[in-house]
Amino acid sequence: MITKRIIPCLDVKDGRVVKGVNFEGLHDVNSPIELAEYYTKSGADELVFYDITASAEGRGLFTDILRQTASRVFIPLTVGGGINTLEDFDRVLKCGADKVSVNSGAIRNPDLIRQAALRYGSQCVVLSADVKRVEGQFRVFARGGRDDTGMEAIGWIKHCVDLGAGEVVVNSIDTDGVKGGFDLEMLSAVCNAVKVPVIASGGAGKVQDFVDLFQALPGVDAGLAASVFHFGEIAIPHLKNTLRDHGIPVR
Amino acid sequence: MIAVIDYGVGNLFSLCRSLEAIGQQPVVTGDPALLRQADKLFLPGVGAFADAAAKLRQTGLDRVIQEEAAAGKPLMGICLGMQLLFEESHEFGTWKGLGLIPGKVVPMEGVIPADYKIPHIGWNALHFPGGVRHPLLASVEEGDCVYFVHSYYATDCAPAVIATTEYGAQLTAAVARGNVMGCQFHPEKSGDVGLAILKTFCEGSW
Repeated sequence: MITKRIIPCLDVKDGRVVKGVNFEGLHDVNSPIELAEYYTKSGADELVFYDITASAEGRGLFTDILRQTASRVFIPLTVGGGINTLEDFDRVLKCGADKVSVNSGAIRNPDLIRQAALRYGSQCVVLSADVKRVEGQFRVFARGGRDDTGMEAIGWIKHCVDLGAGEVVVNSIDTDGVKGGFDLEMLSAVCNAVKVPVIASGGAGKVQDFVDLFQALPGVDAGLAASVFHFGEIAIPHLKNTLRDHGIPVR
Repeated sequence: MIAVIDYGVGNLFSLCRSLEAIGQQPVVTGDPALLRQADKLFLPGVGAFADAAAKLRQTGLDRVIQEEAAAGKPLMGICLGMQLLFEESHEFGTWKGLGLIPGKVVPMEGVIPADYKIPHIGWNALHFPGGVRHPLLASVEEGDCVYFVHSYYATDCAPAVIATTEYGAQLTAAVARGNVMGCQFHPEKSGDVGLAILKTFCEGSW
């Protein structure tokens, strides 16, 4: 039976892991390579590296770190942040990424998804969507959750899957940083709309939030979180044991 | 010397790093002379079967692989590389493979229940048919999980199947026929379980 995946997310800026609360107030935590190795040993099923560097030097540093991590960690690595062109896909895939996640880059140019899926296969292309409720509607936000695109989110996600996205990360801005649990209502709407794997992000505060996620929504394939792992509030071995005790298949 | 066959398909970075992590110094090459000198061969691959098979044919590497395998050289196919070992694939048409293992590659769609997502992506457990553990999987325990990404699977190949995985049906996860072996999953992305399988292949006599 396929297992539910637990995915720590590492936001990397200038070679260091950071975590924002509601995307603001960044704060240094640890070395990405050491953290990646630590998580792999703890039983993480996959890692996500988000490059939140703005400068060209920072970008070079990021690919160096990615290359070193992929030389030491042998579980799937997804890379996101600043992916706007096929050249960006190429740059991170060459450094050991297995999947590439697109967010604002796809909003600017949805055809990027189609082109990347054609060249690298759908399994390589992950749509990451930052979603927030506005006037009773799920809306897609761009630029790290700062700009309301005005687009309805479920339709946008379906469109991207039709273009070739092979997985979807749904990050609820409404629950992100609040630590009150995943956004089950939003995730349920996405699971009902697409047939590709759905990765839940935003809101994990305690082990029970993951239990609730997988019990309430069998269509969700993975749970992603950052700070609860980085600050040791949730230990992955304990999380997996608890999920197993609840009959949820984990590795 | 361990050679990773480079025929312009897929990303060889992770496979090479994982082989280095288990103490090998893999040579990535499409040069027939080097491939003939190698002690063992890896056939990687991701993407479409037809494209990969065409590239093997265009480069003449299909003949090299077939001849080396026939001469007894250990060969391991990974993911699409495993599928290429079979006689044919029914992925968007019918395409000839290397024919090193009897069987064919078919879509999961229509075979597994409709509520199962395709591709099959994620960590899934290995099972040994009849409880028999093949030497390639000497380090693996029944139920150990490995990482899969695929939409097609090998069938009509029961004598060669050494591991299956359950995903709405028992899908072929690993195969072996003498010196020719293959994994549908990615051992280079399957943590310690995967590294141990690579080590067994690289260090074993087949």
